[in-house]
Amino acid sequence: MSRKHVKFSLMVGIALMFLFVLSACGSGQPANTNETESGDDAAVSEGDTEAAGPNGDDSENTYPTDPITYQIPFNPGGQSDVEARRQQPYLEQMLGQKVVIQYKPGGGGAVGWTELVNQKPDGYFISGINIPHIILQPLSKEDIGYQTEQIEPIVIMQATPIGLAVPKDSGITSLDQFIQQAKDNPGSVTVAGSGTYTGHHMAHLMLEKLADIKMQYVPFTGAAPAVQAFLGGNTTAMWGNSSDLVKYKDRINILAIGSEKTFKPLPDVPTFKELGYDMTAGIDRGVGAPPGTDPEIIKVLEKAFLDIVKKPEIQEEMYEQGFEPKTMGAEASREYIQSKVADYQDILENLEE
Amino acid sequence: MLETLPVILDALANPVHILFMVLGVMGGIVVGALPGLTATMALALLLPFTFSMNAESALITLGGLYIGGIYGGCISAILINTPGTPSSIATTFDGYPLTRQGKPDQALVTAAISSGIGGLLGGFALLYLTPLLAEWALRFGPPEYFWISMLGLTMIASLSAGSMLKGLIGGAFGLLLSTIGIAPIGGETRYTFGSSAMLAGLELIVVLIAFFCIPEVISMVEKQVEAGGAAHFKPQKGVIRFIFNRLIRKPVLLARSAIIGIITGIIPGAGGNVASLLSYDSAVRFSRNRSSFGKGNIDGVAASECANNAEVGGSLVPLLSLGIPGAPPAAVILGALMMQGIQPGPDLFTGHSDLVYTFLWAFIVANVVMLILGLVGSRFVGRIINLPPYILAPAIAFLTVIGSYAIRNSLFDVAVMIGLGILAYFTKKFGFSPGPVVLGLILGPIAEKGLAQSILLGQAQGNIWMMFFSRPVSLVLIALCLLSLFTPLVSARFQRKIRQDSDSVDK
Repeated sequence: MSRKHVKFSLMVGIALMFLFVLSACGSGQPANTNETESGDDAAVSEGDTEAAGPNGDDSENTYPTDPITYQIPFNPGGQSDVEARRQQPYLEQMLGQKVVIQYKPGGGGAVGWTELVNQKPDGYFISGINIPHIILQPLSKEDIGYQTEQIEPIVIMQATPIGLAVPKDSGITSLDQFIQQAKDNPGSVTVAGSGTYTGHHMAHLMLEKLADIKMQYVPFTGAAPAVQAFLGGNTTAMWGNSSDLVKYKDRINILAIGSEKTFKPLPDVPTFKELGYDMTAGIDRGVGAPPGTDPEIIKVLEKAFLDIVKKPEIQEEMYEQGFEPKTMGAEASREYIQSKVADYQDILENLEE
Repeated sequence: MLETLPVILDALANPVHILFMVLGVMGGIVVGALPGLTATMALALLLPFTFSMNAESALITLGGLYIGGIYGGCISAILINTPGTPSSIATTFDGYPLTRQGKPDQALVTAAISSGIGGLLGGFALLYLTPLLAEWALRFGPPEYFWISMLGLTMIASLSAGSMLKGLIGGAFGLLLSTIGIAPIGGETRYTFGSSAMLAGLELIVVLIAFFCIPEVISMVEKQVEAGGAAHFKPQKGVIRFIFNRLIRKPVLLARSAIIGIITGIIPGAGGNVASLLSYDSAVRFSRNRSSFGKGNIDGVAASECANNAEVGGSLVPLLSLGIPGAPPAAVILGALMMQGIQPGPDLFTGHSDLVYTFLWAFIVANVVMLILGLVGSRFVGRIINLPPYILAPAIAFLTVIGSYAIRNSLFDVAVMIGLGILAYFTKKFGFSPGPVVLGLILGPIAEKGLAQSILLGQAQGNIWMMFFSRPVSLVLIALCLLSLFTPLVSARFQRKIRQDSDSVDK
């Protein structure tokens, strides 16, 4: 009996260890966050001495001393993930600590951002943030577990301007032509886009207002299904992220793009502003920290992220994939987000009227 | 393609590539076999390691992992009634009864062979038919999604073992569960009760674990308390030859399953779970021995596994040709391609033909690797069920907690799993089978999106009915729905008539 017991506990023990290792990997090593939460007795890795940094005698400046969890509030393989993966090796090198990428998808990012604002503001939990998502979700829904102001922006490093496209064989080659068609057939021009109360939806509402037209917005759950439905000829036009527009540029006519200035990967496409419609549209991607994070910590992270995005080879890669590099630090990001909050409040109020 | 042949051979003969491929398939099988850790998760985990590799090695490894992950799901489906990945839901229906009869090796060998055949057929479809099939994928618009989900819901008839009414109740419950969270169209929040965790809705894997695994674990404990002594498994010789001979006589079953898998894979948004369920359903319908399904018919295992591995090839078709991932794991491969500086899309085949054809041939070879590993492994993994319940039950219970936590890093999901699991245990006692519930949960969102988008498009065109009833692919799907709805009634009457005839002869 006792031998059986020994064997039994041994087997269970081995099984448990195996499972634990697997689960730690499987969940993007959440165990690390527990360590930082439980305090200083957490396993200290070898990188610590390097982490002290150039003037590292002051305890304030020793951050980071533990691995940092970088949350992606979307599924693996998406654009936010690609950006984080691009940064990960540089971050680890600059901060001298492991950076663990952890996925928490759901609710178009809402679940992850709720997680973010409830984390300890110790600098060991940061999360990818998307604008306008973090503005529009609290504005349009009641049960969202976070407020826009709660998220401390660290940096905004990348953007995909949103453009309006029609099929190549549609015969429409300019925005004016398109708007004329919409005017002639009120309500019958359909435009595919990703989601409701999203960047695509807002761009649609803005153009309707500025051009005084009525079109039908058809939301899809994500950019890929919208592109698919549009390429399949189900809708007249599509709101597309710049990365998708670059990808399909041979099949489509891009009528206008929502960037501030001419978008480098698509030099022939006019901006809405150039065509006389005073609007910009895009999705900005950045990184944020929980509310109340020490400004010193934010500074360390801000510098690391900005240094990465300022590298010429990174910028080149981003342009090739149809992204626009941005170099907004914490202060600039905060102001940018605040100005966008005001813009979107106006649009949503108009919508309710 | 001929001009790229030397490059392909060179790449495939590279021992490093072969090693990565084998490791990829093996890793995939292990992760896939663990409930809650899906093929998508396995790919995401491995993704960072591929950045330092060249594009060929990265794609070969990820392809192997994808194939292994989808196959691996069958192991836990067969042995402990828990689909390791959603793709192997239908494998549980006949695979687990075989295990209960002490024949897990038959189920495992069937799964390995049919997965291999399905995977190879899917791979060849990907190799030769991609441009053709890609255009076909684009013919699926919102109305088609609506009708295919309706077709899927008619499967409740085959999935509800015994009582059709209980099946319908289960299906409706599943549809209801699928509406929790943010509405896919319109963005309203539904049934969240003020909790932000509910915003994301219920995760399919969590519900799968709850409905398939928990009742099994509880009854395992029950039986131990009552009497003890479950099925005992002794590996037998000649199983591989026996199963192979049986399967080789069913080319229609395998071909049909593979075609269903490939088509479902090509349609973005309908994944391996839909493929294996549709294929299982058709296997039941076309079988002359319908009542043997659900009781350990290896045809059921073959139909499900052949389809879900054929789906892997299919899901890469829209990815490679259009840049649209056909299934969640394909989305991770898209991310990997982008990190390698390759933009999948219309010009991938012309711009990177060496790489693409190397990947496609490696994909086909990886399916053979999977087949071999699966056959070898089936001799060993089946022994798991020989573990006494006092080890097996807690170990599985532990796995369920880990699995439901890992999928979204959420303790809330663990609570949902336990709550629904207890519910599932009691409903099972009342004769409700988990199949229809899961079916409703999978198809609900597809149906809802298709319906709402079709109505929006129809309104804009001024005629909603035209949208639903005038498109050619839709009409085919509607015909299939009607066929699927009425064949059980017709054949039931037919069978009753035969029985009456034979009864009268007896008299």
